[in-house]
Amino acid sequence: MKHPKIAETASFMRRKILDISYHSGTSTHIGGALSMTDAMATLYSHVMNFDASNPRWSERDRFILSKGHGVLGYYPALLAAGLITEEKFSTFQQNGSDLIAHPVMNLDLGIESSNGSLGHGISMAVGIAYSAKKKSLEFKTYTLVGDGETNEGSVWEAAMLASHLSLDNLTVVVDYNGMQNDGLGKEVLEVNNMSERFKAFGWHAIDVDGHDTDALVTAFEQSSNGKPKVVVAHTIKGKGVSFMENDNSWHHNRLTKSNYEAAIAGLTE
Amino acid sequence: MEINRRNVRQWARLGTRGVFGQAILSIAPKHSDLMVMSADLGSSSGLERFKNAFPEQFLNAGIAEQNMVGVAGGLAKEGYNVFATSFSPFIAMRACEQVRMNMGYMKMNIKTVAIGSGIGMGFLGNSHFGIEDVAVMRSIPNITVVNPADCAEVFKLVEAAANFDGPMYIRLTGTANCPIVYSEDYSFEIGKAITLREGDDLTIIACGSMVHESLQAADLLAELDIQASVVNMHTIKPLDQRMMEGTINKKQPVITVEEHSIIGGLGSAVSEYMAPLHERVRHLAIGLPDAYIETGDYQYMLEQQGLDAISISKKIQKFLKS
Repeated sequence: MKHPKIAETASFMRRKILDISYHSGTSTHIGGALSMTDAMATLYSHVMNFDASNPRWSERDRFILSKGHGVLGYYPALLAAGLITEEKFSTFQQNGSDLIAHPVMNLDLGIESSNGSLGHGISMAVGIAYSAKKKSLEFKTYTLVGDGETNEGSVWEAAMLASHLSLDNLTVVVDYNGMQNDGLGKEVLEVNNMSERFKAFGWHAIDVDGHDTDALVTAFEQSSNGKPKVVVAHTIKGKGVSFMENDNSWHHNRLTKSNYEAAIAGLTE
Repeated sequence: MEINRRNVRQWARLGTRGVFGQAILSIAPKHSDLMVMSADLGSSSGLERFKNAFPEQFLNAGIAEQNMVGVAGGLAKEGYNVFATSFSPFIAMRACEQVRMNMGYMKMNIKTVAIGSGIGMGFLGNSHFGIEDVAVMRSIPNITVVNPADCAEVFKLVEAAANFDGPMYIRLTGTANCPIVYSEDYSFEIGKAITLREGDDLTIIACGSMVHESLQAADLLAELDIQASVVNMHTIKPLDQRMMEGTINKKQPVITVEEHSIIGGLGSAVSEYMAPLHERVRHLAIGLPDAYIETGDYQYMLEQQGLDAISISKKIQKFLKS
């Protein structure tokens, strides 16, 4: 492993995902958080350029969580990066908290946009990336989209415009875990050949094992030859917790005490 | 651009959409942060000259209004002063949820401009009419909703909107050969209604294309010795509280007139204002019916739907007698 820091961050994040999910006492989007964890750890602990002590730094790289229900895979990354404190993190889903089940824009916490409705964040990311081009600013824009989210037509409207504008400063990560709310993607609405679809839209597309952090780093660092880049991260929903892996009942579910303890024990094994 | 008799005659011929294009062109040199967007309706929105003069400040999103508004959110977030244009239903309804998330929830500094709202699209039919847009936009928190009365007011509004920090839905009504309300310069402020005529018997509160019709209706009523005040309520949200207070204190009937469905527009806003008051006044809401109407040319439809000056004056007479 070339980048132990990323693996360490991912491990920290998985523990935190289980912690806040359990302590919230409610159902949370846990399966998809665990699938995106390694990509998020790679972005926040290795790829992205930001200053945790100055979250509004104008040259920071921007990250938009287009898959807004993935907050459990997002807030722990912000925590690991020092953008939010443990104290703030522990307020998740408490009445009046800044940290709820979908992101609420809060630049001081490193949260760039409000999301929750799918197919929106990628459009905003296109606007941000285009703005950077217009202003000759060097920062990069990243957004994470769920594979189920690509059912939304607006994702492809954004994909068309991004390649039309040659936004090589934009990277989309597709968390391709093959599942969505109602079950297997291939049974709900087939979105196979994801990288081919993006290539047909004029993108530079890379397929990677979404849990191989070295491969993720290579993909993020690869030149996209003047095109917007999509990293199709092939992932396992519930990754890291054996009884959750590829079990879509954990798309949105509540952890009992025994589930939680078993999950934590599984992580440390 | 100076508002004088010569200019307003020329603008009136162009109509609100052509004048929008001229207005945005005229303010561009003062606003280097301006970004004008279209969804493949640039030439239909009077933006051809702008596109040629300021190609770096024009972005065509293609026929993809949802993405246009989402991209506008990203541009606004990075400091651009964005005007995103399309026909009314394609912004207010097709891209409604992008408007809600970007402009409502995140309060991005985007001005959406609905070209040809109301029934100005004539024979293009109900698919292109903006008859529900105020109802939809008004219900989204944080969005200012403005419907200018004539071409001069389009100029005033575009200038004011470019200096206004916050999300706004601009609704352009009327067609080419747009009647003139203002032929000389005047003070325009977003959120501040304007009394155009004083009368002791009733108050007509109108917006957009219906301001001119209401002034004419007031002339017709005056011939019958019925004296009407006419208020240009260009900003439908937030409603001018001071003007409403003053109007209701007169204890005269209020008539609202709008080129919009009778549900959810200016009439509803005025009703909502009055409902909790102890001392209300009678209110007649004139607007389009809750229906997709028979299509014809603009004037034909206004007459069919009772939105021409004669029909408005007759409706008011009947109301006063009832």
